[in-house]
Amino acid sequence: MTRKSLVLHLLLLAAGIAAPFLFPAHTIQFAVFWVFVLFALTWDTMGGQMGYNSLGNIVFFGFGMYICAIVQIALVYNVGEYTAATGAIKVDFTNQQYYTGLALGVLMAAILPVILAAILSWILFGLRGPYFAIGTLGVAIAAAELTSAWSWVGGGSGIAMPVFPGGPGMRERFFYAACMIATILCYLFLRWLYSTRFSLAINAIRDDEDKAEALGLHTARYKAAAWSVSAFFLGIAGALFGNMTGFIEPLETAYPTLTFGIFMIAMALLGGKGMLWGPIVGATLFYTLRELTWTYLLGWQYIALGVLIIVNVVYFQQGILGWLRDRKPEWFGVRVETQPAKTAGKP
Amino acid sequence: MNGAIIEVRGVTKAFGGVVANHNVSLKVEPGGITGLIGPNGSGKTTLFNSIVGQHPIDDGSILFEGREISRLTVQQIARLGMLRTFQQTRIFSKMDCIQNLLISLSHREHAWSGMFGRYSQELIEKAEHLLEFVGLYSKRMLVAGSLSFGQQKLLEFAMALMNEPKVLLLDEPTAGINPTLINGLIDRLKRANQEFGITLFVIEHNMRVIMNLASHIYCMSHGELLASGSPAQIRDDQRVIDAYLGAH
Repeated sequence: MTRKSLVLHLLLLAAGIAAPFLFPAHTIQFAVFWVFVLFALTWDTMGGQMGYNSLGNIVFFGFGMYICAIVQIALVYNVGEYTAATGAIKVDFTNQQYYTGLALGVLMAAILPVILAAILSWILFGLRGPYFAIGTLGVAIAAAELTSAWSWVGGGSGIAMPVFPGGPGMRERFFYAACMIATILCYLFLRWLYSTRFSLAINAIRDDEDKAEALGLHTARYKAAAWSVSAFFLGIAGALFGNMTGFIEPLETAYPTLTFGIFMIAMALLGGKGMLWGPIVGATLFYTLRELTWTYLLGWQYIALGVLIIVNVVYFQQGILGWLRDRKPEWFGVRVETQPAKTAGKP
Repeated sequence: MNGAIIEVRGVTKAFGGVVANHNVSLKVEPGGITGLIGPNGSGKTTLFNSIVGQHPIDDGSILFEGREISRLTVQQIARLGMLRTFQQTRIFSKMDCIQNLLISLSHREHAWSGMFGRYSQELIEKAEHLLEFVGLYSKRMLVAGSLSFGQQKLLEFAMALMNEPKVLLLDEPTAGINPTLINGLIDRLKRANQEFGITLFVIEHNMRVIMNLASHIYCMSHGELLASGSPAQIRDDQRVIDAYLGAH
């Protein structure tokens, strides 16, 4: 990492730490912002780097959210009774019970979605292009419907999450910090991942999967691993988001296919897919616009976002960073030297 | 050595009602260059696809180093050491030339843990060396999709060499290449065969090229094997001449 890049990273980190102190009233919005960055980053691993456009990545988010909730409740109470009462039973969690439950819940919310991703990849990765997209969409819709119909986890009426034990203001800061850490870990992990052989392999699958197969690449392994990485971080994000919201239900919070599920794609495309920083830039711009339209254009907000998506997809397909890379390739480390070989001595 | 490196025995492949290959048998000797010719639509590429496992065959058997491979997948066969290039050149268009070569490395002993390794300087130098070999060294940092068609063919050839296969199946390596570059390509194919010890099995339409290159030639027509022999025998075979002139 160069000195300039290190300084930039530290400045952004400082801004992230300072944000909830400077604007305490907006702490939750900032926390959701980090979750949005994580959405875009994890979608891009599949859609941008590997060329598999998943419309159903939200399934891991919802799955993680429910797993965490169940673990947290099951540690101290009977899950069926708790959910049947739809919030009427108030269980007092001690501090220790709450934090143990949350830690264990987040852990399971990271691991089980990976297993789900492995199973789904075994079923769905025979599909390519639009068929894969529709297949994953089907999984997300089915997950929401199945959860709605399953009364043990609260069905359509959802689950009231255990109440955070800290005082006022603490809850927001706690989950802000958790979301920020999860997203930074996700960023660091992907940054490392894209520097290994893995990145070339998934890029090769994106460019020509038949050719990759013809070269003997273990394509199925790479695809399963890439989706598992997405699932891991999305599961954690789901667990944190559910606890932050305080109340979870299948359609709007856990599996919001038409909002979060589409936003993650829109953000990656806006910033520039297939580049580490593309989704981050896209998420920042998209989230800012989303908050602004929700504040100043209420009633028209979805139309405004829709217009943004249309303009992006029709006129600006390479996204912001992709556009910049076309103009200033040297900023992105793309070397275009054409002078003949001098140093490589071997004939 | 006991027999052929590739042995095709009575292979039949039909697409619906169209029989693309009917009872085709042939052998590719190790270490040499074998040619496969025939008019358009005679089933040459279908046979290649059958050999590398692109599609299942209806009947017959295919042996690679004495081992039955007709039920293996493309990837498994590639990892055994048999590779093919495509008639419609296929490269990874958004990656640069070096990256194209690095990802083409053999995946024969590739374990799960190897997925997350890095490329050693040695491998990068090997990639550069091979790009030099096909004359693309100066283009090594360019995105492969920006190369001309002929350069992409050369890149695909270098990618195949990077993989160090035992056998390389080339589907019309000179199609679409500038005639002045063809001689250079023939030379490189021969060097790949001699210096790297790769057995070549080549589909080719250009008679001058295949007569120069191959030591043994098979000729197909209408999905069946028509003739086989040395370049001189094939050149003088009346059936081959008729097939090309459309006497069938």
